[in-house]
Amino acid sequence: MNNNAKFCATEEQLSKLNAVIEESKSVPGCLMHILQEAQGIFGYLPIEVQTIIAEKLNVSLSEVYGVVTFYSQFSLQPKGKYRISMCLGTACYVKGADKVLEEIEKQLGIKCGECTPDGLFSVDSCRCVGACGLAPVMMINDDVYGKLTPDMIKGILDKYREVK
Amino acid sequence: MTIQQLDAIRQAKKELIEVRRAVKEQGEKLAKKTGYRKQVLVCGGTGCTSSNSIKVIEQLEKSLKENGIDDILIVKTGCFGLCALGPIMIVYPEGAFYSQMTPDHVKTVVEKHLVKGGEIVKELLYQGTITQNGDIIPFAETAFYKKQMRIALRNCGVIAPEDIDEAIAAGDYAALEKVLTTMTPDDVINEMLASGLRGRGGAGFPTGRKWMFTKASESDVKYVCCNADEGDPGAFMDRSILEGDPHCVFEAMAIAGYTIGAKQGYIYVRAEYPVAVNRLNIALKQAREYGLLGKNILGTGFDFDIELRLGAGAFVCGEETALLRSIEGHRGEPRPRPPFPAVKGLFGKPTLLNNVETWANINPIIMNGAAWFANIGTKTSSGTKVFALGGKITNVGLVEVPMGTTLREIVEEIGGGIPDGKKFKAAQTGGPSGGCIPAECIDVPIDYDSLIAIGSMMGSGGMIILDEDSCMVDISKFYLEFTAEESCGKCTPCRIGTRRLLQLLTKITKGQGTNEDLDKIEELCNHMKSSSLCALGQSAPNPVLSTLHYFRDEYVDHIEKKECKAGVCKALLSYSIEADKCKGCTLCMRNCPVGAITGTVKQPHVIDKDKCIKCGVCMSKCKFGAIVKK
Repeated sequence: MNNNAKFCATEEQLSKLNAVIEESKSVPGCLMHILQEAQGIFGYLPIEVQTIIAEKLNVSLSEVYGVVTFYSQFSLQPKGKYRISMCLGTACYVKGADKVLEEIEKQLGIKCGECTPDGLFSVDSCRCVGACGLAPVMMINDDVYGKLTPDMIKGILDKYREVK
Repeated sequence: MTIQQLDAIRQAKKELIEVRRAVKEQGEKLAKKTGYRKQVLVCGGTGCTSSNSIKVIEQLEKSLKENGIDDILIVKTGCFGLCALGPIMIVYPEGAFYSQMTPDHVKTVVEKHLVKGGEIVKELLYQGTITQNGDIIPFAETAFYKKQMRIALRNCGVIAPEDIDEAIAAGDYAALEKVLTTMTPDDVINEMLASGLRGRGGAGFPTGRKWMFTKASESDVKYVCCNADEGDPGAFMDRSILEGDPHCVFEAMAIAGYTIGAKQGYIYVRAEYPVAVNRLNIALKQAREYGLLGKNILGTGFDFDIELRLGAGAFVCGEETALLRSIEGHRGEPRPRPPFPAVKGLFGKPTLLNNVETWANINPIIMNGAAWFANIGTKTSSGTKVFALGGKITNVGLVEVPMGTTLREIVEEIGGGIPDGKKFKAAQTGGPSGGCIPAECIDVPIDYDSLIAIGSMMGSGGMIILDEDSCMVDISKFYLEFTAEESCGKCTPCRIGTRRLLQLLTKITKGQGTNEDLDKIEELCNHMKSSSLCALGQSAPNPVLSTLHYFRDEYVDHIEKKECKAGVCKALLSYSIEADKCKGCTLCMRNCPVGAITGTVKQPHVIDKDKCIKCGVCMSKCKFGAIVKK
């Protein structure tokens, strides 16, 4: 997946987005909610999506962009099919999460915050998923992997590579 | 719903809940009245579901069916506290505590224990519940639990949070009933003031006064908010309460709404907590269906409803004015106070904002009285505090202790000490805003004022234990990386100060620091404390200042000797092979990614320090412990 790939949305995605905007338009402070839903629909928030939201809500694009870039949950770049999120919270950090992250980066040949060229994996760090008892922890999409050591990484990634 | 209906629900499931709280003999008597021979509680909190507790529940249902057992109740609860041992399963009335369950273990327990006339499967029990002479003790009497006092967590791990009937039977909404039927708003405020409850989010502001100020503000519309944006890395107290007993938060917010004159509440919760968000949504739906939220609650004419708002990953949104901005849908930037939210808060209206754990204390204060609560803990810090114990400690998990409990009791007794025979070095409390408590202060009582006196702070309750393998310079650098990343950028002292501090600390961990850097660090810290706009910037220097105070020699070692005694700071490390231990197996040589190791078979090998990239692979591969890092 090329990060500069042109954004193209399906009719279905666009109508879903419109429905979300129409439904929550009148709720005070709805922008965050709409952005969260939009990211769920498109996987990320390209400028085209932000423009649609700004126009429909009758606010400036700069305001929407300001909110999108303020919160770490929102992404301007597309993510991989499998989103790896390595916890670098304190409990994980003191138990060696940095070494696990290094191993992930080495295995995938990308740095934290990037996406593999085939679009299969993207790696991000996060601060605490709240499963500190299992530190160090990472999430791949919604699956949680705990008590990790660097030598477990290859096996876990291979499992996803096989499914594709 | 009427008060009579509420009471009927309470009575119907009362004994069912009591079995889970009773001591063994009483429990057995009570169990007979419930219609269930046994109850099996399985933890469905984030910690245990991450280690597959859902599969444990599925297997349990299947195995019970296969064995024709239909008089056992399965309950999916919130967090029990001992997250490292998950998935956890407790069988009542005997209180048998099984840990680290797998579907296979479940089969064994069903066949040997849960069948009629079965016996506890000792091998699968949590080891802490077996005494030295082989007797089984109930979970409540283990070292982990005995010193704890569960007030905020009273229902966590006891009830099924997705079943409002269980919550009601366990006592939720009884305080709301009492307040709406027998107390005036002023009565409630007097109770809060007399209880001495202080905000559990970190700052420790007296809760009663906050309520009083918001009530005193004149306005047609007011709001009640719950701060569930638990951003402190390593802290999961609030998440466990939301997952284990969501109704206690709704109830307390409704009580506050009645007291200050608000009809609408908001819960601002992190989107990173999917389990908690899901439970909150289920609980909200049930509370509305029962009429415990909405119009004319319990027929008293009082209206109150709650909406959820999801955060999107910004630490600064834990600050009250930033949180309110975020609920309004803007960038979560703080603003100067005054005006305080009690005067001008959400959408410009007077707003009462409390943290999840503070809300969880309201019901017991109303039900048992302010005097009861004020008697627990210390004079200036009443009640209990929940801590998320993590890091280098045997019992990682959630603990609730009376204020004034010493750090030693938490670490050595409840926490079970440091694993692998290592030495306790320090406890980090308050996360990126707090500081370190060194080993020499291990007998300090944990309460708001004692912690501030030694340069740390209570914070929201994250407590990370560090052992001799932790480098204090690295730890403060870790927190500065965090605050530098999370600084919202609005005010200069925080935006630039955190960056500069991080640069200076990085320089020291690379062995390039000078003694003048330490002076610069201290000066910069003091500027940031005095001139940052919000608590994020004001408290960001705390981890640095407290480690510099208690562990200055470590900073000096990094600077003068270019040495990191804990062996963490990579730039200062070197790996070498001890010739007498090396068997010449060549394993390290074959695994070294840069070919820095040379040697012949059965002869001691050597590491070329110029080529070595200090990745540590050789050390993890060596079977003879011949490789050392210094």
